Amino acid sequence: MSLLSLVLVNLGRNKRRTILTALSVLVALFLFCALRGVLDTLEASIRVGSEARLVTRNAISLIFPLPLSYQERLLTVPGVRSVSYANWFGGRDPVDQSNFYAQFAVAENYLPIYASDIEIVAFDRPQVAGAVPPGVDPKLAAFMNERDACVVGERLFNRMKWKLGQTVPVSGTIFPGTWTFTVRAVYHAKNPAMNEEAMFFHWKYLSEKGMGGQGQVGWYVLELSDPGQAGAVTRAVDALYANSAAATHTETERAFQAGFVSMYGNVPFLIGVIGLAVVFAILLVAANTMMMATRERTAEFGVMKTLGFDDGTIFRLVLVEAAVITFGGGALGALLAKLVIEGSDFNAMGLLPPMTVRWATVLVGVAIAVVIGAASGLVPAWQASQRRIVDALRRVE
Amino acid sequence: MPIPISYNVRNVIQRPWSTLATTIGIALVVAILIGAFALASGFQAALVETGSDSNAMVLRTGADSEISSGISLDAAHILKALPDVAPGPDGRPLVSADMVVLMNQPRLGQEGSSNVTVRGIDPPSLALRPRVKLVAGRMFAPGSDEVIVAQRIARRFAHCGIGDRLRFGQRDFTVVGQFTAGGSGFDSEVWGDNAVLMPALNREGAYQSVTFRMRDPSRFAELKRRLESDRRLGVEVRTERAWYAGQSRLMSTVLRAGGILITLIMAVGAIFGAMNTMYAAVGQRTREIAVLLTLGFTPGAVMRAFLFESVFPALIGGALGCLIALPINGVTTSTTNWSSFSEIAFAFRVTPAGMIAGLIFAAIMGAFGGFLPARQAARQSLAMTLRAG
Amino acid sequence: MALVEVKNVRKTYRREAEELTVLDGLSLEIAEGDFVALMGPSGSGKTTLLNLIGGVDQPSSGDVVVGGTRLTGLRGKQLARWRARNIGYIFQLYNLIPVLTALQNVELPLLLVKMSGKERRERARHALDIVGLEDRLKHFPRQLSGGQEQRVAIARAVVSDPTVLLADEPTGDLDRKAGADILTLLDRLNKEFKKTIVMVTHDPTAAERAHRRLHLDKGVLSNGPS
Repeated sequence: MSLLSLVLVNLGRNKRRTILTALSVLVALFLFCALRGVLDTLEASIRVGSEARLVTRNAISLIFPLPLSYQERLLTVPGVRSVSYANWFGGRDPVDQSNFYAQFAVAENYLPIYASDIEIVAFDRPQVAGAVPPGVDPKLAAFMNERDACVVGERLFNRMKWKLGQTVPVSGTIFPGTWTFTVRAVYHAKNPAMNEEAMFFHWKYLSEKGMGGQGQVGWYVLELSDPGQAGAVTRAVDALYANSAAATHTETERAFQAGFVSMYGNVPFLIGVIGLAVVFAILLVAANTMMMATRERTAEFGVMKTLGFDDGTIFRLVLVEAAVITFGGGALGALLAKLVIEGSDFNAMGLLPPMTVRWATVLVGVAIAVVIGAASGLVPAWQASQRRIVDALRRVE
Repeated sequence: MPIPISYNVRNVIQRPWSTLATTIGIALVVAILIGAFALASGFQAALVETGSDSNAMVLRTGADSEISSGISLDAAHILKALPDVAPGPDGRPLVSADMVVLMNQPRLGQEGSSNVTVRGIDPPSLALRPRVKLVAGRMFAPGSDEVIVAQRIARRFAHCGIGDRLRFGQRDFTVVGQFTAGGSGFDSEVWGDNAVLMPALNREGAYQSVTFRMRDPSRFAELKRRLESDRRLGVEVRTERAWYAGQSRLMSTVLRAGGILITLIMAVGAIFGAMNTMYAAVGQRTREIAVLLTLGFTPGAVMRAFLFESVFPALIGGALGCLIALPINGVTTSTTNWSSFSEIAFAFRVTPAGMIAGLIFAAIMGAFGGFLPARQAARQSLAMTLRAG
Repeated sequence: MALVEVKNVRKTYRREAEELTVLDGLSLEIAEGDFVALMGPSGSGKTTLLNLIGGVDQPSSGDVVVGGTRLTGLRGKQLARWRARNIGYIFQLYNLIPVLTALQNVELPLLLVKMSGKERRERARHALDIVGLEDRLKHFPRQLSGGQEQRVAIARAVVSDPTVLLADEPTGDLDRKAGADILTLLDRLNKEFKKTIVMVTHDPTAAERAHRRLHLDKGVLSNGPS
């Protein structure tokens, strides 16, 4: 036997109470890590954006387009290596209006920009042999050679139980009418923060069918030859169009993404407040348990002190006992949060990117649990260690 | 015969720390529940109250937000001339064809920018939307490059003070007035003359929506049928209130569901805590319970007594939770309404219904926490207990 | 020099506004190897005196010196250390830890000494051997009879090889036979292992086994009738 096994034996004294307390810590830490996961996921979605790419949009706001003609001039800006563009389509599932997923109309050279972030995991062979533009993944040949083809994210593909070659209807809101797209390839997001619930189709198709051939672009993506020049290029681009009908606003892709996250307003703050309340609530539950556990052992502590255990040892025994309960519950809760949240398809009705609970969060959760345990044991431990033996023993009779 | 309540109350008071810990735990859960409901209610109210039942709102078929809608100038012309439009006090028809766009504006005192709704309106708009009231400055002069902004916007976005200049497209607009809209969605908007805004923003081709006061709101169904079947228009008609209610549904559902999910999980923890307290109470009073049973109280009465001992502090916790949550009533906050992509400012709204829900929830937590221990007390074997003593 | 010297000790308790004098200027000497029975009516201060000798309680005034150590000069941690090394305590209600086995209960005081786990177990086993419970190592207190429990408690008291054994009504809760066994055991510890024993009791038969009987009444000591 050792002092630690003495702690363990004491935990087994009232198994129901120990388990109930550990369970309430488990639940709280599950919640804490889940909430932290939401915040981390929001933050991570910013980091998808690269610092080495710029996004140019209409200065008024994203819903105002830019003319296609800007592409040529953007290419002439020193430091710009290539220019691509995309549009937000904003379609709805005609069957289930509440089923939301993002659709983007993208230029031919758009997907190759993200070649390192995505991987094509399923694709159709092209019906007719056709050349694939340089830089484009040959797996996308079928997609590239078909007007109404689309590439969809793996999560979306699985969730909707689509098949390759299937025609998917989408009803347009910004571009009215019913549109159909043929699924020709499925991508997997190698970067976990990247949206895997999106659909990409040809910008040309949108332009022909939705804009009467008018070339309106949602935003341009500029690849830089030297990321260090981002500031200079930003200024040069915006100066170029400062006095034109459609002025531009250019920022790094990361800042562009951050703009979306900042749209959540105070919600992240509120989530943080809830997290604190949860932590405080378990502190109370755990403290209550330790208070009960030490109160009924008052006489025993008296006996131990008579045997020669000093106040400090008794204090530490109670503290460690509390910390072990909360550690057990907390570690399980934090791990459960990681498993459940990453394992399930929980994504708040499409409002959030797929959630992740980082290992760092799990560790922080466990640390919080241990600290809470120690804190909850402080008062009972102090009481147990300071009670005079004579008073403690009197409790026996 | 029931066990007198005073007996239980005294017992509850006799373990003050334990009871306090349980009570505060439950109070926190209830406070968060009420807070989440207040958030959802505030958000919903902001949008639902934007609309009136006597106004009809016309958008393009299939549009799920004003931004993605479009009403051609011709169609707007036809709508404005409808005999169903009620006249205002000045005899002119109460109708406004609105241009609606989102403008990205930097926030005040916070990093980043967000989308503000800019609405180009026709002059009768103020009469059409009586909730909107000027509180500072004056109305913009028709045909001028002046705008008025909602007071809530002015507090959170840059360049929105009276006399400040906002740049929209190629032109600068001067802020000449500030308005409030009684907590509605208009409280998050900037208004200007559509005759000036549309060319400035290259939006001459179409309006986004047309809103008019119905001469006879009771005949809305007939009006809707008639307009929606008109091939020249290609529009959908809703009452203004129904439209804004629909706009808030997604977000308020998410907020409520999120709140309920979080509080349910927290409640499980709180119930475990309450169970601990009650098991300890039952354990300590084994002999006392035996005496009660010997005196002839039924196991049912004992069970009810212990359930009460669990529910009573829980209810106090619930009341405390209401008190904790109350101060957030009226605090304004904001988030983007993902249905329209525009930022909505709104105030938390602690409703009596939310507080009652919190109290009921507290009682349920107490009952769950007390049930098993109470049953254990009621089922206690008399002979065993008395011998053990 | 006597092993235990109690010099002019006064002990008062404050109960609300009232001050209660339990011991009033009491002096006592106990030689090494002695076996003393402390008798007297309830509330006469027997247990208080025992607690003072064991360093469990401190006198209001006066001195307690045990084995040359002035207990009144020791504080908190030092006193606890001293108790662990020099005193074995035996209670009327045994006070075993219910969740520990007999062996673990006896090991408990050894946790305070630097010692390998193996050595700890050896010594605990040996102590249980002495009290005749070598076949009850894995039993929990509730699986033992009162007499057996008290014997485990005695093993716990002697396992750290203290100089003084303090017993507070060790037979008070036992039937005659079990009580007699415990007294025989104490007798043996005194004779064979040279333990100095101070035993509080109000059972005259128990007091018979001691070498010396002291009577305490209202805080005053007298050599009682034998």
